[in-house]
Amino acid sequence: MADTMQFDLVSPERRLASVQAREVRIPGADGDLTVMPDHAPLITTLRPGILTLVSAEGATEYAVTGGFAEIGPEGVSVLAERVHVAHEVTRAMIDEMVESAREAHKSAHPDMVDAAAKLLADMEALGLRVAVGGN
Amino acid sequence: MPSLKDLKNRIGSVKSTRKITKAMQMVAAAKLRRAQDAAVAARPYAERMTAVMSGLAAGLDGSDSAPRLLAGTGADRTHLLVVMTAERGLCGGFNSTIVRLARARAGELLKQGKTVKILTVGKKGREQLKRDLASHFVDHVDLSEVKRMGYDTAQGITRDLIRRFDAGEFDVATLFFNRFQSVIAQVPTAQQVIPAHFDATEAASSLYDYEPSEEAILADLLPRSIATQVFTALLENGASEQGARMTAMDNATRNAGDMIDRLTIVYNRSRQAAITKELIEIISGAEAL
Repeated sequence: MADTMQFDLVSPERRLASVQAREVRIPGADGDLTVMPDHAPLITTLRPGILTLVSAEGATEYAVTGGFAEIGPEGVSVLAERVHVAHEVTRAMIDEMVESAREAHKSAHPDMVDAAAKLLADMEALGLRVAVGGN
Repeated sequence: MPSLKDLKNRIGSVKSTRKITKAMQMVAAAKLRRAQDAAVAARPYAERMTAVMSGLAAGLDGSDSAPRLLAGTGADRTHLLVVMTAERGLCGGFNSTIVRLARARAGELLKQGKTVKILTVGKKGREQLKRDLASHFVDHVDLSEVKRMGYDTAQGITRDLIRRFDAGEFDVATLFFNRFQSVIAQVPTAQQVIPAHFDATEAASSLYDYEPSEEAILADLLPRSIATQVFTALLENGASEQGARMTAMDNATRNAGDMIDRLTIVYNRSRQAAITKELIEIISGAEAL
């Protein structure tokens, strides 16, 4: 059994990582999941959170907002709308994202209000998580 | 016959024009590099997105649960044309080719008795369409404040599009932009984004598990996929604009050079003629004595 898999992390503007990974921890919409080589094919949407990549060089954390992950036989590709290396995230960036989520929550369509509230909560959790982790 | 002084002024002015066009060409070349890099960097995301969307869409095609953004409103009456052009001119046929394509499409649709709405992105297209299609304008996106084309811009445009679609303002949306092929070739392109259209070539859909359900993912991803298409179009357009400007300015620089050569010949001839004339006057004066 292969002990590594191809991992790609791309945002609309650039490719952030393309490495051999041992495991990837993904904040999926229905809960976190850890992907290891030979995972069953899966497509899941992301919620805002921390994505952890474990490769031969150690673990790297990325703060991601919405997007999706495609887990296939040949590896994992994560397409995230906004991606930052976790320790580069600043308070101001989090505040801005929480603020925009709050706006979205306020102006959300009645059908969407739950989703927007969840998004806001996830954003705030992400903010706390990053704040504890450094800065 | 212009005087020597006039000619000299003329040469001077063409020379300074040449300096400006040369500078613009070099600036465009530098910007083109950056725009091309941005377009290349955005490609993996767009490709993966399209691949996954094709799979998803193929699985759901024709079923009743397909979201409206994919299935459309069922009508084909009101068309929204999103005309993407540059904020600046002096880039050869770049703006005109897009406008020409959009205008042809608008004419066609109007002839079929459909309603046409136009959303302009970038000032130049708006100016050119104002003459005959101003009554169809619904909105304008100003890019003059945008220093670097970011995904945020595309998201903003997409949110606006989806809001209008949900409000029933149009049935079909088409993007008009220039696809970048090379520095000298930009292809004006019309691309339908709403209802979303995917080539259902990949039947990999059944291979995957979906979390949450297929429908939920599709509903979540459709707006993102549209934003990606808008973003790609903006980047392609950005690269095309700089490429077109570079070519146009290169031509202008060369033309200015030719003009300077011609004017210099005329200048030298007239100067020589004046000298000869003076000599003849002196000699004939001396002979008369």
